[in-house]
Amino acid sequence: MRRITTAVMATVTTLVLLLSYRTSLGQGATTSEPAAPEGTGSSGTGNGTVVTPGEPDSSEGSATGLTDGTFTGDAVSTRWGDVQVAITVSGGLITAADAVACPSGNRHDREINAYAVPVLNAEVVDAQSSAIDAVSGATVTSDGYIESLQSAIDAARA
Amino acid sequence: MTALATGQPATVRATVRHTMGMPVSVHVRGPRPDGGPVTAAVERVFDWLAQVDRLFSPFRPDSEVCRLQRGDLGLVDADPLVREVARLCDRASARTGGAFTALLPGPGARTGFNPTGLVKGWAVQRAVDDLAAAPGLAGHDVLVNAGGDIAVRCGSVAATPWRIGIEDPRDRSTLLATISLRRGGVATSGTAARGRHILDPATGKPVRTDLVSATVTGPDLAWADVYATAAFVRGRAGAAWLATLPGYRGLLVTTHGSLIRVGQA
Repeated sequence: MRRITTAVMATVTTLVLLLSYRTSLGQGATTSEPAAPEGTGSSGTGNGTVVTPGEPDSSEGSATGLTDGTFTGDAVSTRWGDVQVAITVSGGLITAADAVACPSGNRHDREINAYAVPVLNAEVVDAQSSAIDAVSGATVTSDGYIESLQSAIDAARA
Repeated sequence: MTALATGQPATVRATVRHTMGMPVSVHVRGPRPDGGPVTAAVERVFDWLAQVDRLFSPFRPDSEVCRLQRGDLGLVDADPLVREVARLCDRASARTGGAFTALLPGPGARTGFNPTGLVKGWAVQRAVDDLAAAPGLAGHDVLVNAGGDIAVRCGSVAATPWRIGIEDPRDRSTLLATISLRRGGVATSGTAARGRHILDPATGKPVRTDLVSATVTGPDLAWADVYATAAFVRGRAGAAWLATLPGYRGLLVTTHGSLIRVGQA
């Protein structure tokens, strides 16, 4: 159960982060290293997007450069079926991330999906709004790590 | 991607291993985080933590801590690292008015030396200091997260700070707050992950406290770890005590769901 959740979460997290770049640039370009996008003004030494100077910002005045709306990513094949993620952008921020295609068939897969999506929603909304590198909390054991936000961040930087 | 103060592009790489019974993530950010020198230095972090585990683990019967608890080893004969930790535990007990103690019930309910509450923060702080000073790490920023206790060091004062989220113990998929840190540590003590494992020194039983968690941040993770444990044991009444510690700030979450911020945000 946990390994499946890890794979689904890591895949979907990575996919959502890639999607956020795609929508903000209006291009097919993706970075080779899907770090969480940084909010503007967080530091003076540079910013977290790959928009080159002079390129028109395709957003409608939102600080993060994301256009409002709902965007569905390509289906990603996982061992347990195809997973597609739809993100909803409102006010320039990702406010929801939903899996729209469940791995088909059995009850086990439906359980996986029901577990993974609510956790992912909170992670995406919180992680991308604060662009964090690490999470401090009561000691996570190795068992608990797999389901943790830290593991999603670490996987994106492996 | 972030840019370094020099304008070079920086990439960040994370290495995760499970050691000391917990996940340890080492993040290196800089111009060459995949290079040979950095990779070798990261390996030495895990070698160091494995050494600490062999000496201090309360779950390894042949560790020096277990042998000390059984009386098979005297402190005067112990490894210099163990003796250093024992001295730190004495100082920690004094600084916290006894709220932190390394004399805890052990096997057979005998009170024995158990420095676990300090070892993790001390070991991770040393790991980060050694990593930042290693050959090839100049100009790189480092972060080590050992199961939720975090130490960081940046290569320059102009570096982008590391952003550390504090987990909400009431809903562990969301964050309470974020801290920006270029050098220092963040430690959280609480019941959210492992239940009521923190003992009250006065009774030897799981501490009865009105807090769900205590997070402390400051210049040294070893002390942040000690103060987080002590603050948790003391409860919300300990917020005033925490405020007296120069350089350390805290965030306490009470069982009623309120947040107490100690020190400047």
